[in-house]
This record gives sequence, C-alpha cells and structure tokens, in this order.
Amino acid sequence: MLERRKAIATLMANRGKNMFVVPGLGSTTWDMASLGEKDSDFYLWGAMGGAAMIGLGLALAKPKLTVVVITGDGEMLMGLGSLATIGVQRPANLAVIVFDNQHYGETGMQASHTDQGVDLVGVARACGITHAFDVQDEGALKTLAGELGTLKQTLFARVRIAADEPARVLPSKDGVELKLRFRKAAAAAG
Amino acid sequence: MENQSGWPDQLFDVLKGADIKQVGYVPDAGHARLIARCKADNDIRDIVLSTEEEGVALAAGAWLGGQRSALLMQSSGVGNCINMLSLIQACRFPFLTFITMRGEWAEFNPWQVSMSRATEPVLTAMGVKVYRVDKAEDVADTAQAAADLAFGGDLAVAVLLAQKMIGRKVWVK
Repeated sequence: MLERRKAIATLMANRGKNMFVVPGLGSTTWDMASLGEKDSDFYLWGAMGGAAMIGLGLALAKPKLTVVVITGDGEMLMGLGSLATIGVQRPANLAVIVFDNQHYGETGMQASHTDQGVDLVGVARACGITHAFDVQDEGALKTLAGELGTLKQTLFARVRIAADEPARVLPSKDGVELKLRFRKAAAAAG
Repeated sequence: MENQSGWPDQLFDVLKGADIKQVGYVPDAGHARLIARCKADNDIRDIVLSTEEEGVALAAGAWLGGQRSALLMQSSGVGNCINMLSLIQACRFPFLTFITMRGEWAEFNPWQVSMSRATEPVLTAMGVKVYRVDKAEDVADTAQAAADLAFGGDLAVAVLLAQKMIGRKVWVK
C-alpha cells in the first residue's frame, strides 16, 4: 500500500510554477509542509469540509493556474456536496485528490465511512466529474502526477494510502500571512 | 415575488459596480430576480451551491485568486455557515453576503422562526458586521456601504433584507 509521504513526494516531484495547492485540514497539510513550506500552498488549519470549494473559487478566478486540492477522506466526506457543486462548474484547471487512509488520523484513527465501503470515486463520477480515478499503486500514482502537469478537464482521484502516522510537519498557522503570500504568488503566476 | 419594487435590480447594479465576479447561491425565492440577473451576465460566474457553507469557502478561494465574490442566501442558511466563517476570520478575508429573512413577518412556516431569531446573533458572534434593510429605498445605499466596508476594510459584512420588504411568499399546497 502507498505510504502518504512518499505519495505526496511522487505527486509533486515535477511540480510546475503555475501549480497552486490547497491541502485540507489535518494530515494532508502536514504532508505538503513536509516538502517545504511554500507561498503557493494554502495550508488549512480549520475549515473542515471546505478545501474543495476553496479550490473551486481559486480555479474559477485563475484559469491559467493549475489548482490542486489534496485532502483526506474525512475532510472530503464533510464537504461531499461540494463534489456536486464542482460537477456543475467543471473548471478545466481543477484537480481534487483525496488521500484515503479510511481513518480520521487527527482524532485517534477512528474508521471513516470509506472503511465501510463508501466509494468516493463513484460519488465524484455520479456528480458529473467523469475524469475520476482510483489510485492504488506507484504506477497509477505516477500517471496521476503526469496528468496534473497537463490538466485539461476537472479531475478527481482517490489515492489509497496506508493508515500510518508520520511525524507532523507544521507550516505557519497565521491565516493572514498564509492568505497574503499565497494571493501575491498567485497574482504573479498569472 | 412579483412585487420586489426594483430593489433586486439595484442590488445587481451594486454588485456590478463593486466588480463582483463570482456569486454563490442556494436557490431562494427572495433572491430569484437577483440570481436570474447574475446568471444572465457574462462577466459574473454564478455558482449554485448544495449548502451555504460551500459559498463561504468559495469566497475565500475567489479572493486568493484576486476576485471579489458575494454569497446570496436566506436566513436559514446562516446556521449552515457558522464554522466555515472561522476561515474568513482567521485569514481576515473580505466577505460579502446578502441574506433574505424568513420567519419574522407573515411567515407561514414555524420551522423558519428559530434560525430567523438567531441570524443576527450568530453572524455577530462569528465576527460578521450586520446591516439590516427594512425599506426598498434603502437597499442600494446599504448594499454599497456593505461592499465598501467588505472590500475596503477587509471585513466580513452581511446585509439582512427584511421579510416585510421582500413580500409575502406565495405558497399553495
């Protein structure tokens, strides 16, 4: 099974300058911070259920940027309706990637709905996001990383990862700082 | 909502004048005319939401991308937004919302009353400045003041539109 820190490194290995990332509250924010804190990543310390919608607002405002939301299964489950909203808008420059370990890592590894068979790829497809993938191994992950570099339609991917707990890497939690530096970087990138 | 005295069109003009590019909304009878105007405008992206808190997160994303947005909802939707408003406060995002009131005048549905009563205290508790409009002739000026405060002062601002001004909901079983 894929290990989350290796998976995030593979996904971001050939990250272009126009890629802006919104990691969701919890482990995916620590995962992105483990690659080095960047102005082009909008780390979430709250707003559970909001990551995909922040990505949508950004993608609609900045069609020349590639916007990648990387969040966990619990965070995605809290904003499941946003997949319906994104399915209506379908911006070509938005990817929503769910790191699915089937557990709530921040609260003591309780099982999530996906552990009981809830199929996030099926939900995304049913919401009209037809470019939706289930990623289970290194080969599929590399294919997904390549897709992010040449995104042409709204993409959804569920990446099955192991329920491990690597050491937390914490980025800044000053929301005003995160907002200002991200907005400036996005404006400069086009 | 036939008798809306032109205020939705004035509100639309304020949104245009304030350079609003994204409008999130949950379908609403009181905002029907304004939503239709937004949908018909090529420079405004209208985003239908499945629940109101999506619109709070959408507004944050739009601002990160350099665009101004507005959220249209009714008073019952304010309750859905509470925790997501912490995103607006923590990052000091400008935020502008127009809220049609239910449950306060000629209401036929008692289930609307609780959230109606809680709307202003909830918004205030989450750091949102609240304006209220009771008369159609005050809509444009108040909406403009709200837009100025939101985007000039980097604040979260809500405008409550009184149910009496909006008019009785025509509803037959």
